Amino acid sequence: MSNQKESTARTLTVALLVCLVCSVFVAGAAVALKPTQVENKQLDKQRSILAIAGLDGGKALSGSEVKKLYGDKIVAKVVDLRTGQFTDAVDAKTYDQFKAAKDPKASRVLKGGEDLAQIKRQENLATVYLVETDGQTSTVILPVRGYGLWSTLYGFIALKGDLNTVVGMGFYQHAETPGLGGEVDNPKWKGQWPGKTVFDAEGNLAVAIVKGGVDPQSPNAAHQVDALAGATLTSVGVDNLLKFWLGEQGFGPFLAKLRAGEA
Amino acid sequence: MSKMTAKEVLLNPIFNNNPIGLQILGICSALAVTSNLKTALVMSVALTLVCGFSNLFISMIRSQIPSSIRMIVQMVIIASLVILVDQVLKAYAYSLSKQLSVFVGLIITNCIVMGRAEAFAMQNPPMLSFVDGIGNGLGYSVMLIALGVIRELFGAGKLMGYEVFPVINDGGWYLPNGMLLLPPSAFFLIGLFIWGLRAWKKDQVEQPSFKMAPQVSNKEAY
Repeated sequence: MSNQKESTARTLTVALLVCLVCSVFVAGAAVALKPTQVENKQLDKQRSILAIAGLDGGKALSGSEVKKLYGDKIVAKVVDLRTGQFTDAVDAKTYDQFKAAKDPKASRVLKGGEDLAQIKRQENLATVYLVETDGQTSTVILPVRGYGLWSTLYGFIALKGDLNTVVGMGFYQHAETPGLGGEVDNPKWKGQWPGKTVFDAEGNLAVAIVKGGVDPQSPNAAHQVDALAGATLTSVGVDNLLKFWLGEQGFGPFLAKLRAGEA
Repeated sequence: MSKMTAKEVLLNPIFNNNPIGLQILGICSALAVTSNLKTALVMSVALTLVCGFSNLFISMIRSQIPSSIRMIVQMVIIASLVILVDQVLKAYAYSLSKQLSVFVGLIITNCIVMGRAEAFAMQNPPMLSFVDGIGNGLGYSVMLIALGVIRELFGAGKLMGYEVFPVINDGGWYLPNGMLLLPPSAFFLIGLFIWGLRAWKKDQVEQPSFKMAPQVSNKEAY
């Protein structure tokens, strides 16, 4: 009996059957739970937009509170990154800029030197989120992303109405090493961002992540944030992706137009 | 082993044969997820279910598994269950699954699950194996919950995210012990637990694996 059980044909059959049954289960669960997961992801994104814009009051909001607050406060608009102007070419509610970044018709390839954030392709249109108070734009929330050590970090940076002062910065999706690069989620580290200014007096992009602590005497201290200990590559990645997205290739033209009131 | 009743199989792993305390398995995740009670609880439930059901399924097909590929078959079953748990968590407890991050996936490599499959489920009938898996999961859970309570209570002054001791930073009186939130503190705590457990149940004390030979020469070593 044991001979028969150990035969090659039987071994293969058992292996095949086990794999088949298991894959049906796993695939079934993945398909059945997908809608709920997608909704959760959406909610999580909205929650982080609210948190980064400082609208949640530092509290953990429930799902329905997030939806309501987001609906009340946040206006999503689409910006053409090439011209720096708002566009109505697509519906901001349904537009998915990450999908567009993969579509050759809606994106462009970044050449070696340009590709500071290491994202390879950049979409032509990007969604920005605006908070308006008394008819004035009080906060602009820009999506940023770029490669750290292991993964692409997806996040937002929120700027005040002067389009210079940081309200908040943070990432909602990444797969950096927990405890090292993963500390980009640490509230203490994120707490360094509010109040920093990204452009210097001449209007040049000056935001930077520096190693070894920010020297308060330095003239650039207002633009600098301390790097993460033990996570050089993640810190460099975050530094690069901010320089990319706030620079000429990213939202630079849009911010300039918005400041001049021409967007 | 063959004469064990279901009750013994279920309750033995909790104190008499605790997977962390006596078998010293599953330490990695016990360090990683116990900095607060909530993640410790979710991890406990996830591991208990995975351990129970993997034991059940493996035991059901144990007489069909060719011994040359038995480990791989066990892994496939365990991995499928873990993916299932991960998917459910992502759908119904998104923020928790974000906090647990890789550790749910790492249940696959948790020695407790694999160890019970190999040591128990391959030799015992399905229901008894299921009970054994649940029992071992509970043993792991007891340890995790104890760690979670101590670490969150004294490390952050909270339990399940609710404030118990008002912390100085928020105007209270309790100065939290920050080290308890870091993984090494779980090592010390597990060590203390094992000490306590073995002081209480003397039969768990292991024989030293080697003895120092008596000194035979008159000279000191130099």
